[in-house]
Amino acid sequence: MKQQHKKSKVVSFNKWGYIFLIPFVVVYLVFSFVPLVSTIYYSFFEKYRVGVIEVGPNWIWFDNYKTLLTNGDLITYTTNTLVMWIIGFIPQLLVSLLLGSWFSDTRLRIKGSAFFKTVIYLPNLIMASAFAMLFFTLFSDGGPINAMLQSLGLQNPDVPYKWLQHAWSARGIVGFLNFLMWFGNTTILLMAGMMGIDPSLFEAAEVDGANATQVFWKITLPLLRPILVFVLITSLVGGIQMFDVPQILTNGTGDPLRSSMTLIMYLNKHLFSKNYGMAGALSVVLFIITGILSLLVYKVSTAKD
Amino acid sequence: MKKKLLSVLLSTAMVSALLVGCNGTTEEVVEETGEEVVAEEGGEEEVAEAADEGKVLNIYCWNEEFKSRVEDHYPGYEKVDATSGKIGDVTVKFNITANQDNAYQNNLDEKLLAQDSAAADDKIDIFLIEADYALKYVDTDYALALSEIGITDADVAGQFQYTKDVVTDSNGNLKGSSWQGCPGALIYRRDIAEEVLGVSEPADVQPFVKDWDTFLDTAAKMKDKGYFMTSSVMDTYRTYSNNVTSKWVEGDKINIDANIDKWVDDSKVMVDKGYAGTHGLWSDDWSKGFFMDGKVFCYFGPAWLINFCMSCDQEGSVGSEGQWAITEGPQGFFWGGTWMCVAAGTDNPTLCKDLVLTMTTDTDVLREITTDDDDFTNNEALMNEMAEEDGFGNDYLGGQNPLGIFAKGVSTVDLSNLSAYDQGCNEEFQNAMTQYFNGEATKDEALELFYTAVLEKYPNLSK
Repeated sequence: MKQQHKKSKVVSFNKWGYIFLIPFVVVYLVFSFVPLVSTIYYSFFEKYRVGVIEVGPNWIWFDNYKTLLTNGDLITYTTNTLVMWIIGFIPQLLVSLLLGSWFSDTRLRIKGSAFFKTVIYLPNLIMASAFAMLFFTLFSDGGPINAMLQSLGLQNPDVPYKWLQHAWSARGIVGFLNFLMWFGNTTILLMAGMMGIDPSLFEAAEVDGANATQVFWKITLPLLRPILVFVLITSLVGGIQMFDVPQILTNGTGDPLRSSMTLIMYLNKHLFSKNYGMAGALSVVLFIITGILSLLVYKVSTAKD
Repeated sequence: MKKKLLSVLLSTAMVSALLVGCNGTTEEVVEETGEEVVAEEGGEEEVAEAADEGKVLNIYCWNEEFKSRVEDHYPGYEKVDATSGKIGDVTVKFNITANQDNAYQNNLDEKLLAQDSAAADDKIDIFLIEADYALKYVDTDYALALSEIGITDADVAGQFQYTKDVVTDSNGNLKGSSWQGCPGALIYRRDIAEEVLGVSEPADVQPFVKDWDTFLDTAAKMKDKGYFMTSSVMDTYRTYSNNVTSKWVEGDKINIDANIDKWVDDSKVMVDKGYAGTHGLWSDDWSKGFFMDGKVFCYFGPAWLINFCMSCDQEGSVGSEGQWAITEGPQGFFWGGTWMCVAAGTDNPTLCKDLVLTMTTDTDVLREITTDDDDFTNNEALMNEMAEEDGFGNDYLGGQNPLGIFAKGVSTVDLSNLSAYDQGCNEEFQNAMTQYFNGEATKDEALELFYTAVLEKYPNLSK
């Protein structure tokens, strides 16, 4: 009798766990699951608007996917997105690793490190659109950057360099902006990872006579791998969803010749005609691409051990 | 048992609170975006009076222009606050959504689609449209034919024909009315004309810009003296595109008119020889030429460009020095203009009728608008009359009376080739061709880009 009473008490405690989960589950169902399912559902329909006239919805099986995969745009935009992500991510990772190891190095004892940590995080607090707007003005044909180059004699004032009208300079600016916005965030993450490494390992290395470079490559980096994988995957997923910076910077056109058009900007193009069918199909493809890439990165970076 | 009951109760309360919370916020958001001003009147009274006519007149527009015209010129309008006023006991609400990124039309589309189910006081009564996309609305049942609210052809007989063409649907019904005509002209700088061409009066400058070939020759002279002919090649676009002989879309097929093609070729020359830039209109680079230290000889534009957009009230601008002047230029064109449409389902037909008639056909009001606001108003006889009168000289134009030249421009404007797709096509075409002008793409690649972009916007079309 006594024992039974005890058992029921345990079970009812478990119930409370589920009850406390309800808010999350409801929010997830309403705001994530239902949209996910309806996106997949709509991707099989022809449904758009011409002016104020509605076309569809007509069930057309896989026609949207066929159009999407055969017109070749998808590959271009995927490449654009990845290229711009890499342009931003490589310097981001290098600078973050450097800053992270400086900040977490107990022997360096950098003065005012709290101040610098805040400062490098600040760009992330500015709205991406505002940041992009700022750079749009800086790099416009008659903007400050060109004016500066001209007064230094590096540029002929009659032929200003059109930063946003050349594929690689436009992509470069997008990548640079992303780098500026996110390196602070990455630094904080990597620093947290580095500070989590057992100090006795560093001490042991020191005793054995390892120099700073050796410590970094042989101890810090290998032990940092889980955090690095995390940074890589989150940045990749964020990178695939790159939108605001190139959108504002190129006024939504992805110019020149759509070489800075990202996948989400392409998705956004379909919203002009409220083309839920094509937009849905594109979203599903995007979902799959993200999944595959994340899996790939995860597999590759956790292969050994 | 008690505990179980309590837990069920608690969890239900929590979940329902959550759901109610969601519900509440969505409703609020809809209300906020839909109505900038929330109705203050109590519900009960309205129901009783709705049988008569609505107590709220909703006007959808994209800037302050129409609002200020109504405020200044509609007899009996009392301003209440920045976006609302009163005519008699009817509250007038201006729902202003900026044009940027198509926001105005997106908002209007949603509202029109929901017009049937909207509460009487939330229904759109009047919405404003522009020529570029007029047919998108005019050629649907969402806009009432003016005859349905009792406005006859005789009422609008004095208006310029082109302003009526724009808002005539495919069945020949007139569905809108405008108080302004927006004939464009070539706006040039007197001081640069004097320096480079040796003349500065409109009649003497016109021979230098009388057609496109001469225009290019003059551009070469400007270049020699270090000036740009126009700020950007986008400046000339409307002039070419208003003089087309075919539509952007024939049947369901995208079509590029010969005159548009000529714009591409002429513009390529302009860009390659450094006569003009390729930046978009309204960009910082574009508006630099509005000031005396800019190096731009001419712009193409209608009266409103000079009065509202060329920074003429600012120190150091060309307008403030009175150095602009206008002449006909190579081809006639128009730019902009705002048309009033009465929405189907309006609950204020009488007031709508009165507003349309007063603002767009009343000669006294139109004369007042021209006098006070320098608008070119939509009455042929009146404009010709005022072109002869003294006292309509524009200070920004060094005292020139522009009405005569604008009236001349209107006569050549032919709008039989408008299509509902004009706005999207014009935007995408200019954007795609910029790539060609900048040397990033060949003409064919640029055309390909244009087709891709248009097909994204209008999935029903074909190449």
